Amino acid sequence: MSIADAPKTPPGSAPGSPGTGITRRQVWGLFWLVLAALFIWLVFADWPEWVKNILLSKKAFLSACLNGLTLAGLYFLVASGFTLVFGLMRNVNLAHGSLYLLGAYIGYEIADRTGYWLLGVLGAFLILSVVGLLMQVVVFRRLEGDDLRQTLVTIGISIIAADLMLAVWTGGTYQILIPDWLAGAIKLPIVTAVRSNGSIVLLSYPFFRLVVLALAIVIGIGLWLMLNKTRVGMMIRAGVDDREMLSASGTNVHLIFAVVFAIGAGLAGLAGVIGGSALSVAPGEDVRYLLASLVVVIVGGMGSITGAAIGALIIGLAEQIGLVYFPTYGVVLTFVIMVVTLAIRPQGIMGKSQ
Amino acid sequence: MNAHVTQDPATPTRNLLARIGTGHLVLAALLLAYPLVSSDFFLTQIGGYSLIFGMLALSLSLLAGYGGMVSLAQISFAGVAGYTVAIFGENNSNILGFGWPWWLVMPLALFFAATSSALIGWVSVRTEGIYTIMITLAVATAAFYFVRQNYTLFNGFPGYTGLRAPIVFGVNFRDPVPFYYMCLVAATLSYAAVLYAARSTFGLTLQAIRDNPRRMRAIGFDVTAHKVVAWFYAGLIAGLAGVLLVWFNGRISPGTINVAAAINVLIIAVIGGLKHPIGPFVGAVMVVLMQTFAIDIVGAERFNTLIGVFFLAIVFFSPDGILGLWGQLRQRLAQEDLRSRQ
Repeated sequence: MSIADAPKTPPGSAPGSPGTGITRRQVWGLFWLVLAALFIWLVFADWPEWVKNILLSKKAFLSACLNGLTLAGLYFLVASGFTLVFGLMRNVNLAHGSLYLLGAYIGYEIADRTGYWLLGVLGAFLILSVVGLLMQVVVFRRLEGDDLRQTLVTIGISIIAADLMLAVWTGGTYQILIPDWLAGAIKLPIVTAVRSNGSIVLLSYPFFRLVVLALAIVIGIGLWLMLNKTRVGMMIRAGVDDREMLSASGTNVHLIFAVVFAIGAGLAGLAGVIGGSALSVAPGEDVRYLLASLVVVIVGGMGSITGAAIGALIIGLAEQIGLVYFPTYGVVLTFVIMVVTLAIRPQGIMGKSQ
Repeated sequence: MNAHVTQDPATPTRNLLARIGTGHLVLAALLLAYPLVSSDFFLTQIGGYSLIFGMLALSLSLLAGYGGMVSLAQISFAGVAGYTVAIFGENNSNILGFGWPWWLVMPLALFFAATSSALIGWVSVRTEGIYTIMITLAVATAAFYFVRQNYTLFNGFPGYTGLRAPIVFGVNFRDPVPFYYMCLVAATLSYAAVLYAARSTFGLTLQAIRDNPRRMRAIGFDVTAHKVVAWFYAGLIAGLAGVLLVWFNGRISPGTINVAAAINVLIIAVIGGLKHPIGPFVGAVMVVLMQTFAIDIVGAERFNTLIGVFFLAIVFFSPDGILGLWGQLRQRLAQEDLRSRQ
């Protein structure tokens, strides 16, 4: 994949394979460096003919990369909640896609009625947090320690939720309108072509999508800081590693669970509004984003925010680049990435081996 | 998954009838006589359909009950078999359709289904427990999106139509009664095979692996190989069900193997109960009856809510499904009996 995920990996935060020696690390460093150089060259250079022959046009390639990046941002927002919940509670929340879709619908309603898009984002986050809290307290606490039944329950919830949402919002497609200050396209300082008269053509790109990317990065950093620098985060990380010990050392584990579930569900709702604004809201999106979360988390590693970021980048870029270069086999690419990850590193890129 | 009640394999079995058991004989007699009393609608739409979905759920139950691996991709393997029938057999869609005879297409379909199942199994047994659900769900979803996108091989959204059951020795298997008996034979074979396999050395080893993989590995069993073989068998059953399903529907499209269908199979297995191979068939009858008649009560629109609530109730109150409920009831009755004797 691209080098773009190299800077996102905080060095030393999650040692991949301890004790493999410095040389192997250097080889990988060199590999990423070369890849980065190649990518930078692709972005800024005037493409010679043979590159165009392989990669179509520079505009198509760069658009695919940017779309992949923004999609990765969206996937990260959805998957980060999923991975947090799984890492801590060993609870595969297969209703996560439903939370996403519900957030999108709620955001649409709020934004549509009040006229404030930001209010929609905030409202969806808060309402979905409460929904997540209720799910944890009412449902999952009763089935604690029974992974399979918890998962089955989330399947049941997702079926009912999808059906009820279909009843309320019907099968139509909604578009959440973004405010004017976020709309429109901006020109990026990247030359895509030089006209015959010598004037240059800059790459223009929807501003909102860049905002999505920025938001994902900000939230990602925020989550990372929360997990690594705060007391609650410390407890969550301890819970991921050993739930029983955390409980035994006097922490109210259920409170932590509830907090994490609320954050996870809230993030899914927030992502719903963002995704509904950048793309659209329709029945069936829940399955799509559930699949995205599953694959992102399988590839990135369970319970790791950094892993979710890396996984989202890989899957987002693969999906968009696949869409441009081999349209009917795009899904297969995602699938192949998943299988290869499982074959080489079953616990995911940043996952800890059990 | 809880421990299976496996009967002591060392018990000497005197004759075939005693070995099969009275319950099975009564059931077989009832199922054989069913066409005498039922209309064509009840024969295919309820009878045949339940048997097909029972087989699909059985293939899941085999993995989940004996191997501890809950798979959501069984419908995808059925889809592999179904699309094989469409591509290598005859279809009305004017795409591919090599027109091979059924006795060539069917084994090929089963082989493809079982091989793909073994491949997915091989990938997913690298992880354990709840991961399997996630991986297989991802596989099922990816398979659905792939066949919907791909027109050259799978004819995309519309899929294939005009897939008909063959006419063999003058018996037209498209007719309700022969079709029902064909489903019954296939289901009985699968059911008997699972029962037999469960008591075989392989089945016992698989159950031991489910209960303690580390110990089994330590005493020299190849854990991965046993699990992959289980996936292969499950793929065979799912493939058989898949072939029957396309003959039943006369068509196959991405909608046949979408996520809702994948989850439907799990629901059937869980509602029926994963403890015994008969559970999936009980669940299938329940769900098919609900699907057919609940529409009159709650309307076609809100059917999913009804089945979702029913499913949640089962998961919450009787983790072993209807069979578990029956077991609880029997236990309670036995206790009452004891109490009254005192």
